[in-house]
Amino acid sequence: MKPTIAIREPVVDDLMDQTEKSLTEDQIEKVINEVIDQETGVRLQTYVNTCIHCGLCSEACHWFLSNDRDVSFAPVTKVKDTIWVMLEKKGKVDAAFIKRCSQIAHTECNVCRRCGMYCPFGIDIAYMMLVVRRICAKLEMVPLYLQDTVNSHAATMNQMWVKPDEWIDTLQWQEEEGQGYVPSARLPLEKEGAEIMYSVIGPEPKFLAQLLGNITVIMNVAGCDWTMPATAGWDNSNMAMYSGDFEVMARVERLHHETAQRLKVKKIVMGECGHAFRGGEYDGPTWLGWMSPPIPIVHAVAFYYDLLVSGRIKIAKKVEGPVTAQYPCNIIRNAGLGSKLRYIMNAVCEDFVDLVPNDRHAFCCNAGGDTINCGPPWKKIRVQSARLQSENFKRTGAHTIVTPCHNCHSGVEDIVDGYKLGMHVKFFSELLIEAMEIPEDLQA
Amino acid sequence: MYEFVSGPLVWIAFIIFIGGSLYKIYHMLSGAKKDMTLFRHMSLGHSAASLIHWLIPFNNQSMRKRPIFTIVSFAFHICLIFTPIFLLGHLILLDESLNISWWSLPEGVADWMTIIVIAGCIFYLVRRLTDPVVQNVTDGSDYLLLAITALPFITGFIAYHQLFAYKTILILHILTGEIMLIAIPFTRLSHMLFFVFTRALFGSEQGYWKHSKDW
Repeated sequence: MKPTIAIREPVVDDLMDQTEKSLTEDQIEKVINEVIDQETGVRLQTYVNTCIHCGLCSEACHWFLSNDRDVSFAPVTKVKDTIWVMLEKKGKVDAAFIKRCSQIAHTECNVCRRCGMYCPFGIDIAYMMLVVRRICAKLEMVPLYLQDTVNSHAATMNQMWVKPDEWIDTLQWQEEEGQGYVPSARLPLEKEGAEIMYSVIGPEPKFLAQLLGNITVIMNVAGCDWTMPATAGWDNSNMAMYSGDFEVMARVERLHHETAQRLKVKKIVMGECGHAFRGGEYDGPTWLGWMSPPIPIVHAVAFYYDLLVSGRIKIAKKVEGPVTAQYPCNIIRNAGLGSKLRYIMNAVCEDFVDLVPNDRHAFCCNAGGDTINCGPPWKKIRVQSARLQSENFKRTGAHTIVTPCHNCHSGVEDIVDGYKLGMHVKFFSELLIEAMEIPEDLQA
Repeated sequence: MYEFVSGPLVWIAFIIFIGGSLYKIYHMLSGAKKDMTLFRHMSLGHSAASLIHWLIPFNNQSMRKRPIFTIVSFAFHICLIFTPIFLLGHLILLDESLNISWWSLPEGVADWMTIIVIAGCIFYLVRRLTDPVVQNVTDGSDYLLLAITALPFITGFIAYHQLFAYKTILILHILTGEIMLIAIPFTRLSHMLFFVFTRALFGSEQGYWKHSKDW
């Protein structure tokens, strides 16, 4: 089979360029065969032997559709240019090939699992891309910025090199911010036996600290018995899950769950992040052999839904004007929270304008699956390949796009900037804070 | 020659087809056991729900998006499977040799169904040659599989209508049919065996494990 012609602008990625020079073909062959023999088994084999090369998956992929149906972005092409060659040549490939594999699997695929939903046989192409990432990660062929976050996870157990004192300091600062709304509000640290452990991703204390203030207000108004850990284990994000470094992924997930167990909580509620939910709910427990999380994990969307349905949070004044929402793949297509997201959007917005297509058929923000963490070198093609979703946003005519996911938030901000949509991008908690009723006895 | 292809070779072809298929499925299932997560991700209900949505035309988003492909695919696969099983000519041979028989298709209907299979193969061939995505992932094996599928029907059609060289064409028809049977478990025609399992896994992962749907 002839190699696919893929025209790309040259990208300088220091780590990938350096790894390309140092990798030997023996190393590559050994790692490819090791992963294929020991980690994939019949699943990969059956997928490859069942695929009839019909190309129907291409219709599902926003990379393919946004790039004027460029064949080199079609899901089946991504499999052809990576796994098929590795299997056919039994791992005898060169470093330049592995670099291209990393480019395809890390920077040109969000492992959003939409294509699996359009394959007549249900072949999970995202799974195959994760196998490619696994091979690349074992060969240290990972985009520099992404590897940096993985190193941070490995060294500090959080994504952003947040130091222990900075973490506690940020929480106390945000407790005070919350007290601006509700003077009696507390952000309880290390409260053993609380009902809820609240966990967030590294970027929240690093540069989105106001979200911690928001949750302080929400938890206190709703009267929740909650706590946050003062130790490592507070970060629920997991970039290693996406780079392919599953050993680090497992360490991060284990510590997150063990921290909740140490605090003897009944459930973990996590902030608005999709991949973190995927890591805590599925990928982490599966890799660790637990299968399901030892302590139930509740995503913010489901948590807000419960608070609104039970009346623990009441809405005083709905947000005016048309507002739309991005459907994060990892909590909608891959966790079924679509109807809950629509419920909470309708509950806080006067005019919620839904996306077309919506729910599990909605398109990825094109930042997910780590592509945004691949950093500035890979940004141009990422934003260019989100054209389809930018058109979907534009059609809604909304003034604000709600993104209950950190990856989506940053990705949609890039879309709004890149395509000059002139829309605001907000987390759901930012809307909720504006719209919710603060009972008189709690008011400042 | 006729005696050989219509006698021992038929037995050999069916033994390889059935034996090979069972072996392939056994091999897959025993390999799947080694993967600690696979079976624990499976659920009968969600597998069935997924299969139902994908075995009924236009019952999922993907099929609705491509109506022509959907119609052609369903017509092609239905005719491909049912024409040989319910063809009067085949049943007469079966009755003569093994004394078993079942309901048969009216000859005119079977003739049209054969034409649909051949037309389907032409559709797939044209698609392979013209659709850039499909073209890019097509190699010799894809054309070979298409030929293996089409030839029994083309030769069958010629033989039934006795268009020319009846005896030779008949031998070719039997031979190509046998090649197809033998090829099923050992080529990507095995999607006939495996699609149930890949579908069930994805349906289960989406439905049972991730509380979503895959259609």
